[in-house]
Amino acid sequence: MNFSERMYLPAIFQGLTITMRHFFKKKATISYPEQTRPMSAVWRGLHVLKRDEKGRERCTACGLCAVACPAEAITMVAGERKRGEEGLYREEKYAVSYEINMLRCIFCGLCEEACPKAAIFLQNDKTAPARYERDEFIYGKDRLVEPMPATGNNQ
Amino acid sequence: MESTVFLVKALIILAVFGVTLLIATYSTYAERKVAAFIQDRIGPNRAGPLGLFQPLADAVKLFFKEEFVPANANKFLFILGPSLSMLTACMASAVIPFGGSILIDGQYINVQAIEVNIGILYIFGVVALGVYGIMIGGWASNNKFSLLGAIRAASQNISYELAMGMSIIALLLVTSTLSLGEMARQQGEPLFGISGMNWNIFYQPLGFLIFIICAFAETNRVPFDLPECETELIGGYHTEYSSMGMGLYLFAEYVNIFVASAVMATLYFGGYNFPFMYDMGLPHNIVTLLGTVALFGKIFFFIFFFMWVRWTLPRFRYDQLMNLGWKILIPLSIANVIVTAAIILFKQEYFQ
Repeated sequence: MNFSERMYLPAIFQGLTITMRHFFKKKATISYPEQTRPMSAVWRGLHVLKRDEKGRERCTACGLCAVACPAEAITMVAGERKRGEEGLYREEKYAVSYEINMLRCIFCGLCEEACPKAAIFLQNDKTAPARYERDEFIYGKDRLVEPMPATGNNQ
Repeated sequence: MESTVFLVKALIILAVFGVTLLIATYSTYAERKVAAFIQDRIGPNRAGPLGLFQPLADAVKLFFKEEFVPANANKFLFILGPSLSMLTACMASAVIPFGGSILIDGQYINVQAIEVNIGILYIFGVVALGVYGIMIGGWASNNKFSLLGAIRAASQNISYELAMGMSIIALLLVTSTLSLGEMARQQGEPLFGISGMNWNIFYQPLGFLIFIICAFAETNRVPFDLPECETELIGGYHTEYSSMGMGLYLFAEYVNIFVASAVMATLYFGGYNFPFMYDMGLPHNIVTLLGTVALFGKIFFFIFFFMWVRWTLPRFRYDQLMNLGWKILIPLSIANVIVTAAIILFKQEYFQ
């Protein structure tokens, strides 16, 4: 090392200018609850079971999503639609219970591709948030089915 | 002493003490903000507007922690350590002139808690005592890592105090006084026709460089924070401390930074003097007020510089620290004394 290098002062000054540049740089942090990171349009988040235009559940409990699921996260129980329930379920067969284990799910979207009735979708604006108990990660129909639209002729 | 003078003096002493503690408190907040900004983060912003209540939250958190004393520790010394550290840190700001003089009833009262004519010696004595706080705390913990940290602190402070003292001697040759108030007054004289610009930094640049390096070592700040080196010594001398014992050690460090910044501003950067201070024709008390503001501006810059360096440089290795202290800084400071003395003698012989 030559004399100016052994004095270290030029190197220290160089380091100080680097940190000073960072001091005035735009910050990378996102203040999470107030700001959220913009998600990609094809980002796969929490599942939803869709209703059709008349507010009837589209799912017919065929089980193709459960077969397609590589993580085996989906279980369902099929049931037959009773008379008078035509406004609730679109097909004669429907899912009595439909559960997705969010700890097993890998959010690959194969269930969405397998579904012949366009019933299950992965939303791009919702996530499965952290919870305290493991059983709270098993999402049933109460948390998966799209809520009834406020207006429309679904009676 | 007259009652007005006594009252004003008492107020100044209270203000100096309060301001010292307040600035040390908010230095912790500033440190975290500066660290965050340098690392492209935002820093604490949840407690109060812009996170301004963060120091209070930290204090509350520390108070509610268990005050733990290890079974084999010397209980008396274990508690004495942080107390002594804090005491010596707070004592040092007493002799720093925080402004010119206030004119009340035709009397000039200096804005300085205690006017002693050996101010710089007093500061050196008190700052040197500060190492006892660390040494006692580290020894009383009865823990190898604490003891190693304390020994490092002691040897580091002694090594760097020598170079620091030498750089001060060169400064004393220039100012020919030991009183901080007198030094600040001298720096208010005109230089090249600009009043308030006769700063010692123009006469002692090398001395200032040595002084600032030693100030970093004396306050145990990065790159000289070997006494609390986490990677080797867990936490150094405060490994066994919790709650406010720990809090006092950390707080004393920030008080020390404030005092070191104030001393550097007073000794080398003109103290409360600022350019054109007597040329603007302002009333005496206004000039004093502006001077105090200027001094605090300089102090804040130095505090910021301490933090800026902390988040830029890595820590020294122990042998590098000792090499720098004994083989570079001490010879350099002695050379500085000799050259300064020679120039002064030369001027007296041929230019008087």
